Amino acid sequence: MLELSMHVLDALQNSVDAGATRIELRIEEDPVADRLTITVKDNGRGMAPELRARVLDPFVTTRRTRRVGLGLPLLAAAARQCEGDLTIESAPNRGTRLEAAFRASHIDRAPLGDMPATVLAILMAPRVVDVDYTHRIGEREYHFDSAEVRKELDGAPITDPSVMRWLNETLRDGEAELEGESEKGKPRT
Amino acid sequence: MANKIKSIEELRKLRDQLKQGTAVREATSTRIIVGMGTCGIAAGAREVMQAILKELADRRIAANVETTSCIGMCAQEPLVDIAQAGKGRVTYGNIKPDAVPRLIDEHLVKGHIVDEWVIARLLPEGIV
Ligand SMILES: Nc1ncnc2c1ncn2[C@@H]1O[C@H](COP(=O)(O)OP(=O)(O)OP(=O)(O)O)[C@@H](O)[C@H]1O
Ligand SMILES: [Mg+2]
Repeated sequence: MLELSMHVLDALQNSVDAGATRIELRIEEDPVADRLTITVKDNGRGMAPELRARVLDPFVTTRRTRRVGLGLPLLAAAARQCEGDLTIESAPNRGTRLEAAFRASHIDRAPLGDMPATVLAILMAPRVVDVDYTHRIGEREYHFDSAEVRKELDGAPITDPSVMRWLNETLRDGEAELEGESEKGKPRT
Repeated sequence: MANKIKSIEELRKLRDQLKQGTAVREATSTRIIVGMGTCGIAAGAREVMQAILKELADRRIAANVETTSCIGMCAQEPLVDIAQAGKGRVTYGNIKPDAVPRLIDEHLVKGHIVDEWVIARLLPEGIV
């Protein structure tokens, strides 16, 4: 995958497939520790210990459309090649928590990429799934919860292209402000 | 902060417009379905979805857009299905963002199928 945000979308899509209705997504960039950490926590059906233990093997999938499951093995490989790792906690009916960590400055680390597009793609799932998204860079943070927007819409569809345009602009403004202010906060050398 | 308030006001305006136009929207049976499994994402399905939403918003075309996970035709991702009541369902393969304006224009506006991009079709029920 060209961007970490594509791996994130893939992981969120697993949560959707597992029947989650609410997904917490956190991106934490810690410039001091030189770490980038992605955390996904869902309230889906979770995994039995046997499945959870084998899920990083690409020949393990519960899909019926093909025999291999690539999403998690690809994310694990991306993290490991950057002095990081993927950890998975899951239990049946207790949901799933993934944490992928990277050394932020590692030469092989893909850019984070288009996070707004990733968050919005999840809202297009054929049933209601909300994303509670936090992006933290150092001490600053941007937060977006699609449940708040849904509430404001009061039954009007969040997937309507006009609402999606508004969401796109809102998320892009939020990210731009976060990136801009963290730039300002950097010591000038 | 002022921006944020302006932005919420815009959202409320959209909400009110959508509520007034509910009948029109519900009348459209058109569904556009984008494959968002691992292979789809790697091939650019997320960007295709953005292009579809943009085109529909720009041209004010009513259609219900949704994602689906892997359907097993990974080599032909990104996949876009268009389903319409009475007209069946057509699966288009290898759709890139720059193909989206033509796809929407031909299939949804002009009402004919773009044969060269089709990889599967399902006839409407009752027609053989
Ligand atoms: N969040 C989750 N909740 C419950 N089960 C999960 C979750 N994530 C993954 N799984 C299980 O792990 C399996 C492997 O996931 P992985 O993403 O590697 O492959 P896949 O989703 O099956 O296929 P692909 O990602 O290649 O489209 C899934 O089939 C599913 O059974
Ligand atoms: Mg997957």
